[in-house]
Amino acid sequence: MPVFVVEVMPKPEILDPQGKAVAGALSRLGHSEFSAVRMGKRFEVTVDGPITDATRARLEEIAREILSNQVIEDVVSITEVTA
Amino acid sequence: MRIGVITFPGSLDDRDALRAIRIAGAEPVSLWHGEHDLQGVDALVLPGGFSYGDYLRAGAIASHAPIMSEVIDAANKGMPVLGICNGFQMLAEARLVPGAHTRNDVQHFVRRDQHLLVENNSTAWTTKFSAGEEIIIPLKNADGRFIADADTITRIEDNGQVTFRYVGMNPNGSADDIAGVSNERGNVVGLMPHPEHAVEPGFGPDTASHMRSGRDGLRFFTSVIERVLA
Amino acid sequence: MSADTVDNAIATPDKEQPYAALGLKPDEYARIKEILGRRPTSGELAMYSVMWSEHCSYKSSKMYLRQFGQKVTPKMREKLMVGMGENAGVIDIGEGWAVTFKVESHNHPSYIEPFQGAATGVGGIVRDIISMGARPVAIMDQLRFGAVENPDTARVVSGVVGGISFYGNCLGLPNIGGETYFDAVYQGNPLVNALAVGVLRHEDLHLANASGVGNKIVLFGARTGGDGIGGASILASDSFDSTGPTKRPAVQVGDPFAEKVLIECCLELYREGLVEGIQDLGAAGISCATSELAANGDGGMFVELDNVLLRDPTLTSEEILMSESQERMMAVVEPGKLEAFLAVTAKWDVETSVLGEVTDTGRLVIHHNGHEIVNVDPSTVAVDGPVYERPVAYPSWIDALNADSASTLPRPSDGPTLREQFLSLVASPNLADKSMITTQYDYFVMGNTALSFPDDAGMIRVDEESGLGFSVATDCNGRYCQLDPYQGAQLALAEAYRNVSVTGAVPAAVTDCLNFGSPENPEVMWQFQRAVEGLSDACEVMDIPVTGGNVSFYNQTGDVAIHPTPVVGVLGIIDDVARRIPSAWQEEGQNIYLLGHTNLELDGSAWANTIHAHLGGRPPAVDLEREMALGSLLHGAALEGLVTSAHDLSDGGLAQALAEAVTRFGVGARVYLDDILERDGVDAATALFSESTGRVIVSVDRVDDVKFVGLCEARGYPVLRIGVTDRKGVEAELDVQGLFRIPVTEIAQRSAETLPKYFG
Repeated sequence: MPVFVVEVMPKPEILDPQGKAVAGALSRLGHSEFSAVRMGKRFEVTVDGPITDATRARLEEIAREILSNQVIEDVVSITEVTA
Repeated sequence: MRIGVITFPGSLDDRDALRAIRIAGAEPVSLWHGEHDLQGVDALVLPGGFSYGDYLRAGAIASHAPIMSEVIDAANKGMPVLGICNGFQMLAEARLVPGAHTRNDVQHFVRRDQHLLVENNSTAWTTKFSAGEEIIIPLKNADGRFIADADTITRIEDNGQVTFRYVGMNPNGSADDIAGVSNERGNVVGLMPHPEHAVEPGFGPDTASHMRSGRDGLRFFTSVIERVLA
Repeated sequence: MSADTVDNAIATPDKEQPYAALGLKPDEYARIKEILGRRPTSGELAMYSVMWSEHCSYKSSKMYLRQFGQKVTPKMREKLMVGMGENAGVIDIGEGWAVTFKVESHNHPSYIEPFQGAATGVGGIVRDIISMGARPVAIMDQLRFGAVENPDTARVVSGVVGGISFYGNCLGLPNIGGETYFDAVYQGNPLVNALAVGVLRHEDLHLANASGVGNKIVLFGARTGGDGIGGASILASDSFDSTGPTKRPAVQVGDPFAEKVLIECCLELYREGLVEGIQDLGAAGISCATSELAANGDGGMFVELDNVLLRDPTLTSEEILMSESQERMMAVVEPGKLEAFLAVTAKWDVETSVLGEVTDTGRLVIHHNGHEIVNVDPSTVAVDGPVYERPVAYPSWIDALNADSASTLPRPSDGPTLREQFLSLVASPNLADKSMITTQYDYFVMGNTALSFPDDAGMIRVDEESGLGFSVATDCNGRYCQLDPYQGAQLALAEAYRNVSVTGAVPAAVTDCLNFGSPENPEVMWQFQRAVEGLSDACEVMDIPVTGGNVSFYNQTGDVAIHPTPVVGVLGIIDDVARRIPSAWQEEGQNIYLLGHTNLELDGSAWANTIHAHLGGRPPAVDLEREMALGSLLHGAALEGLVTSAHDLSDGGLAQALAEAVTRFGVGARVYLDDILERDGVDAATALFSESTGRVIVSVDRVDDVKFVGLCEARGYPVLRIGVTDRKGVEAELDVQGLFRIPVTEIAQRSAETLPKYFG
């Protein structure tokens, strides 16, 4: 069945303390060439049935309205993956 | 005078909110997230907890619960609505109040007896406080950092929509030390600390005079009773 | 892979089975064959192997634990509604209310995956409480980690605390107390014990038995997946299935939201009277739940494994039987009530499936894919497991250890050195401020927490009208137990008893979590034997029953076992929580009294540990009758409101008790030791740091002085005025007259710096 992968990241101007903590850990472990980390979410959404333009439009809406909070997050990509 | 408290799957402080309403002298009414029925209450409380496990984002899934359409409708018509902690997160997700919440800047859950400044005593829930009054209300959460873009912050500060501010220390990195906000009209208020845990002597926060004696939370509920019955 | 069926087992009696890899001894395997009259199927082998494991069967400890059931006085039986053997003990607290409580360990998983190990530990003990028909109302945890300086300790600490915070807070249960210790002996074997308390009306009591032929067996909660399968994978590895998900994870992952929903769902099922029997699924999952329910009931059950709702469709029969997926319960439901039952679970969105029913065959029969894969007498699985009498040997090292007393260590007599040692003690990891940990826990939720950390016991209000409530404290000093496990166990009970008494409650019941090294080590078995004997003897003297508990063996790395650590929890009853006594004074100008005698007893003390890195000698003497008298006195004082605070003396002696009393609310004190020195014939260092038992400091309002002293004299309990409470605010100080003065802020700062330094 077809699957959409939706990626959501905190907006660039938002402080991301979790990403910052991960970057700190990397540096403490000696990986100083990796200078920054930002942490987001990846959703895999399975579609029952064929994908139409209407499906794609609905998914975009869902990504904006439910999977992300537009005040603090951006939907950075929506990709169709053929399983 | 009937005040409703909505229970969502994972709500925790709903029973405590019901108790606080009873102590304040109103009739507490238990409402269910899945029903389109506010049962004719005069005011509403969205309680604290971990609705839906905080999955996706705190308050996100709850903000789409069936009863929320009635809540939004009633709020827009002027019904007093109080969102406590997870309830505040729901109000923000539902765009009934401005801003959003993320993980505490200290990265873990924080429970403390928090000092707050009452910035605006003209909302439906704060009339019994004096402007600039300092109160103590328990705070307990992991995703309490209030943020909004610069324009929104300016707007809510200028409009007097900042209802409470953290004093003494900012426990979670909230912008401008904002602990609670209201909508423009002042009938909908959201705050991270828990007034329902500061209503009963012996079970509230510590105060300078005695252990567990804080009762500043009671006036949230007596304020709204006064406002509605007026 | 097709399952190994009963027919197949009969047809292939000589098939080689990996019983050793599953943890069974050759004689145990032979016994199973004897019981069944044939070889076991793979499914039956998996069931027996887990249910007969040390963790589930208590085979090495059973013969000793019997003492808790044997040394029982009539008074101990008075309030006991459910004793050992059920999911948790239950006692009557009056007014038609009952309380159920238990402590359990989740040690090994918490070393492997600290966050999930600790989280699922909380989940597991809470489910035990729910399965008694109770609403869980509080949790506590007893944590023991390695040395603070060891970098691995930080990994374990942050994971464990995070896990408890995550799961407990999300369930909405106040965390009202516990202990946190650091000692190198726990480096590779941290101890994570979790306690939960629940409240119920007498008529809501439910037991885990499947009675009533034709009653349905219903599994509800989370779906069953590949969590914690462990041994069953060995069976699966017989023919590796490459189409399944990657190899089964051994660690269980908890979902507290699912458990919160389960709590509410169960309580509604109980309210509506829809459940005849109920069992939670923990270790050994479905195989444990079915065999225990059947064994405790009419003895017969039929289960259709195909009906189990799966998260992972590739699981084999054995894996389904053994899965330890969390947040699942099994209920016994009358057929006529099934529809109503399903309506409630549907309302809460809890997935449910009817697995089978109670029968009168006396056999647990399980079918899968149309074949019979299990056919056993359930009591042979769940009840009549092997009972070992392990070899016991008096430790070769203990006489030398006992001869090396701390009384020979140099004790200072000058003010400045005493001051310095006082502050070192206060700042030592075991005595330091634990706020860094405890501020990650909620105690406000449910609005009934009358006392919480740093008070000596947690106290919960049960009845909002009458104020009826209970207090719980947990204690154990592993260092004392290393010196003498019999006495150490008694000291643990005495301390928990005292901690409950100082809050104004009357001790009524005991639970225990016995953490020890390997039972295959005869010296460890000696420690275990002595500890259980000590604890059971002490319970008999103090007239309070052990209502249930847990044993955790194999806490050792290589040859080095942990110190024997029998954690003892005591629950007490208070008629009205309004009469609770906090642990520290809040007003200036009150008198401070010390109850009890101080002797030179520094062996195993925090002072010996911190100042001299010394462990040797014999633990402090314990006088159980004295502790009971002290408890009774405190109860009397609470009833009449004669004391404004009471704090027990334990680790760190009087010094630590004073430090905690002045820093709690920032109210200083002026104390003088002269009277102690004179009456008890000890020096200043001993007065400050000795850990003699049966001692409490109290603050008394001047108007109640005469009455209070009169009460002590009437009861014949030694009492000495040692000082007066002083200023609060920036000038507050602890003035130990003639010796040293320390600003309260300095004590607080030294204490608060330690944990963040290592774990912040």
